[in-house]
Amino acid sequence: MSFFIAHTVHDALTALSDGARPVAGGSDLVVGARHGKAPLPPHLVAIDRIAELREVHHTDSGVIIGALVTHHDIEMHALLTTSYAGLADGSALVGSPSTRNVGTLGGNVMNASPAMDTGSPLLVLGAEVELQSLRGTRRLGIAELWTGPGRTCAEPDELCVAVHLPAPAPNSNSAYLRLEYRRAMEIAVVGAAAAVTLAADGSISAVRVALTAVAPTIIEVVGLVGGTVADVAAAAAAAASEQATPISDQRASDRYRRHTVGVMAGRAVQAAARRAGGEMIPVPLNRAVGIGAAS
Amino acid sequence: MSQPETISVVLRVNGFDYPVAIEQGRNLLGVIRTEIGLTGTKEGCDDCECGACMVLLDGQPVNSCSFLAVQAQGRAITTVEGLMPADEMHPLQRNILEEGGVQCGFCTPGMLISASALLSRNPAPTDEDVRIGLSGNLCRCTGYTKIVAAVQRTAAEHRG
Repeated sequence: MSFFIAHTVHDALTALSDGARPVAGGSDLVVGARHGKAPLPPHLVAIDRIAELREVHHTDSGVIIGALVTHHDIEMHALLTTSYAGLADGSALVGSPSTRNVGTLGGNVMNASPAMDTGSPLLVLGAEVELQSLRGTRRLGIAELWTGPGRTCAEPDELCVAVHLPAPAPNSNSAYLRLEYRRAMEIAVVGAAAAVTLAADGSISAVRVALTAVAPTIIEVVGLVGGTVADVAAAAAAAASEQATPISDQRASDRYRRHTVGVMAGRAVQAAARRAGGEMIPVPLNRAVGIGAAS
Repeated sequence: MSQPETISVVLRVNGFDYPVAIEQGRNLLGVIRTEIGLTGTKEGCDDCECGACMVLLDGQPVNSCSFLAVQAQGRAITTVEGLMPADEMHPLQRNILEEGGVQCGFCTPGMLISASALLSRNPAPTDEDVRIGLSGNLCRCTGYTKIVAAVQRTAAEHRG
């Protein structure tokens, strides 16, 4: 049994190469251990005090979000809530204020839940994950990272240090919407994110849609093409319902998930298009469009 | 029988340093209640859902049931007992009593922690801001309305 507080990435990577597992906020690890999902690892390295991983860097080619940036940081960040609004829609829905204070983007990504609220936004935004170990650094598309529920292709000695998002194209934006039964401390019943780029005539010239909680991992909808906003939204809804492979569990049946994920996908396309056209729809979109809104 | 392996750490709670020897997997909630002896912080769901265990970590509300105690060393922990000096009542405590926002009282410490964090960053919240600020705290008795009123009354008093 050992516990070590790392203050630099190198310290953390050294501990990982010696067999330790990382803990940041602990909201997945500690709760999971108590539920018997996975015992608490005997050797732990706390990474939450590595200052360099708490930063958001805006560069010419996009934005680099450190792995320890919290959901609260994201929902309050001026650039992320506007130019990458779909991601902020997701972070702002995670748990409650206290969960968002400790829950990190890196932890969310590496926990690899198919119901994670930042997953489908990151996928449609073209996110890449930066993994580091003492052996070196690699970047991979986020869809390659997730191999199953709670599983990634990262090696045990690799630490997620950052998520890279490319600069958005002109006249583009994104949105994430989830179906929820209550307004807080909720896990997505289903969810969908869309990123769209508008042509000069207001039609959609490029679109990506990804789905939450309807497959073993976050999945991207394939086969979508541009067109009017209404046509693309309808096509996204139909394709989402067709391509989803949901399960039935205590939260929803597979039929209900298959239907509602289409509804979420269509609405996400419409909201992303409104934002891409310059309309300011505040984060999180769920509150703005009425899902869970105070009546 | 071998003794469980422990780690010696110092936890700073409400401005006092408490040296404790604890197992690595212990949650902060259990150490605050058992080793340190401050029982204002409650164990509700033990699952990061109900907020009864809420404490401030460097001023930010955190569910102490799901935070490793060893990870809290070197950080400022504030429990409900530390909101005010001994024997004085915090305005939030007085107002939650006067507004009738306490029935069984089990959620109250967590509510007070979340509300104090909210008011320290937003001294003039809307009712919606208050509800979002308290959204990680479940109350099975009051229906929340009187708790929201207590937070708003505190905010109004503070603004004068």
